[in-house]
Amino acid sequence: MALETKTPAAGATASDDREMLISGSEACAEALTLADLDVVTAYPIRPYDTVMQAIAKKIANGQLVAEYIVAEGEHSQFEVVKHASTVGARVFCGSSGVGWMYAMECLTVTPPLRVPMVAMVGNRALDDPGAFGVEHNDALSVRDLGWMLIWVDTAQEMLDTTLLAYRIAEDRRVFLPIAISADGAFLTHSQAIVQVPSKAKVDKFLPPYNRGDLLLHPDNPITVAPQANEDWVIEIRRQNNEAMNRAYTVIEEAYADFRKTFGRGPENPWFEEYMTEDADVILMGMGTISLPFKVGIRNMRAKGMKVGLIRPRWFRPFPTEKMVTALQRAKAIGVIDRDYSFGSPFGSGVVANEIRAAMYNAEKRPPLLSFICGLGGREVTLEDVYKATDLCLEAAKSGKSPLKTQWLGVRE
Amino acid sequence: MAEAFANATQILEPFRGVKKVTLEEYFTSGHRTCQGCESALVMKLMVKAAGPRTIVLGATGCMYVANTTYYTTPWVVPWMHTQLGSSGSAALGTSAGLKALMRKGKMKSEPINVIAFCGDGGGADMGLGAISATLTHKEYNSLILMYDNESYANTDIQLSGSTPYGANTTFSPPGSVRRLIHTRWKKNTAAMLAAGHTECRYVATVDASYAVEMMNKVRKALSISGPTFIHSLDPCPKGWDYDPMLSHELGELAVETGVFPLYEVEDGVLRYYGKTKAIVEGRARKPVREYLLKQGRFAHFTEEDLGYFQSKVDEMWEKWELPGVIPFKKAVAGK
Repeated sequence: MALETKTPAAGATASDDREMLISGSEACAEALTLADLDVVTAYPIRPYDTVMQAIAKKIANGQLVAEYIVAEGEHSQFEVVKHASTVGARVFCGSSGVGWMYAMECLTVTPPLRVPMVAMVGNRALDDPGAFGVEHNDALSVRDLGWMLIWVDTAQEMLDTTLLAYRIAEDRRVFLPIAISADGAFLTHSQAIVQVPSKAKVDKFLPPYNRGDLLLHPDNPITVAPQANEDWVIEIRRQNNEAMNRAYTVIEEAYADFRKTFGRGPENPWFEEYMTEDADVILMGMGTISLPFKVGIRNMRAKGMKVGLIRPRWFRPFPTEKMVTALQRAKAIGVIDRDYSFGSPFGSGVVANEIRAAMYNAEKRPPLLSFICGLGGREVTLEDVYKATDLCLEAAKSGKSPLKTQWLGVRE
Repeated sequence: MAEAFANATQILEPFRGVKKVTLEEYFTSGHRTCQGCESALVMKLMVKAAGPRTIVLGATGCMYVANTTYYTTPWVVPWMHTQLGSSGSAALGTSAGLKALMRKGKMKSEPINVIAFCGDGGGADMGLGAISATLTHKEYNSLILMYDNESYANTDIQLSGSTPYGANTTFSPPGSVRRLIHTRWKKNTAAMLAAGHTECRYVATVDASYAVEMMNKVRKALSISGPTFIHSLDPCPKGWDYDPMLSHELGELAVETGVFPLYEVEDGVLRYYGKTKAIVEGRARKPVREYLLKQGRFAHFTEEDLGYFQSKVDEMWEKWELPGVIPFKKAVAGK
């Protein structure tokens, strides 16, 4: 046992990339092994818990040396890793749906404590009624609190983003937590061929976590998170805000270095553009919804319709200028939310209203249509895609935005 | 070696008398607790007993709010806030983080004391589940200390699951129609945790009126491997409504009346301490009225209320299978 514990990530010593047929959750576990995770806390809820099952196997088989703690609820799950991170451990956690909400108090304290935790959210509809399927309201619930939020689409992107997340979160200029959202079932449980890089390359890309002068240790006897009240709270919030602002540069740098080290990864970290260059209509949606939309777009392109897709990755920090520049080219924009925000402006989902806000000061404001689709994991069909596109084309012609949010694929 | 390392603790020998207690303080000036605050004394003695190689985690409560105001701190050792219900998770996470880093060679290997404290609201109420979980994780060393001032004393004195029967709190004011709002009996927290977590090697009750004994129980708890728990009864001038000069005396009366027993459960063996030991061995208990009527929170008690309180305490010592600790009675054959 003693010798084994001296070998960091013993299973990840291969020098060349490997190809593996694995799910999104398993891809995350591969990345965590390569990142030489120190402490992880698990608690069961579908569908994110597949990542915890995968990590448990890695530890049981000696591929990863880490403290694996099964908590008695999500509140403790997130608190345990929060504290482990303050003494210098690289930590991982995660949840889904109401599990994520059960941890809400702990999710609120992590960013102001500047704990660079990485968490995976296997996006799941909130109760009630119970549903295993995907909705994005769970992760979106922390959008204002200082969590960096990213949505991924494929198992490969999950692996790469997990490595990027530690690099970005643990950058001293940032020191904020990151939640990686993966659509429940569609990504967490679906297998694909994934390129798994060598440990040597990962070590080159990802430096060890260094908590510096914030380390809680008898050699550094600091008092962390005292009662601050009105004397100081606004300054502390401002520091959080500055950290989030600095993340823009850190994210750009990390992706550039990722491409240099691993020879893959997007030029634009912020969002994926698909056939948008000459597009009259740009559709937009986060996560695995891109698949039916890409298929629909290819079919429509074959008929001469100029349609494209933007799939946002980073929702926090939000790439306002880049997004506005990309969207201004279109004659109409259609935002498809896999979430809801009851009573919001125009009854739109969260992403649509975020885009509206971003576009408000733009020189050119194409008509923006908002759609809600695929809630509770309902399949998003090509019919939904065509219907959204038709409405967007009408708006492109008239130049006017219908204000009412359209629900697609719903029994009326 | 790995196994030995896994649960290595500091070996803190007991202080042999008050004159042998170390002089160094690790909880000093810089706090703003009330005059006569017994919990502040508990903090001071707790970390004096633990020494400098210690990390302290403090759950929300008066020992958070009154002790640590930004730009000042009484803590000489590293200290961090944790959420109200998170003392168990804070102890577990800190201990697990240190262990992971030391076993992987990322941090110099040495036994570091991890202490998480909580009030009775954070411990006996909200944080009970997390404390319970932590007490089952025998491979992580920590001490959870519950300073029990018998109310949510930081938020205006509201009743908790650890508030005594009948007490006047802002959530249980005696009124003209209902004299007693709070009719629940105080949770038996220490014994519940000792009985329910068979691999937790040390649970104790303490009372800072018996300071050396209290510090030595802290030292023992930290020297024993795995998670440990200490329940401290802390008279609170504000919440109990008495003259601050009486804190020490009330601490003694709680024990002498049999209301709060002093004991430890070490590796499954129960040991009574001090005056509690004398009571178990037959010494007369002082009547509870001597303790209750010195406190304004019981000023509305009638003779009937005092009689009920006394009968419940009598039961603890005369009927319980393990007097003052475990409230079971053996079934009598044929009944």
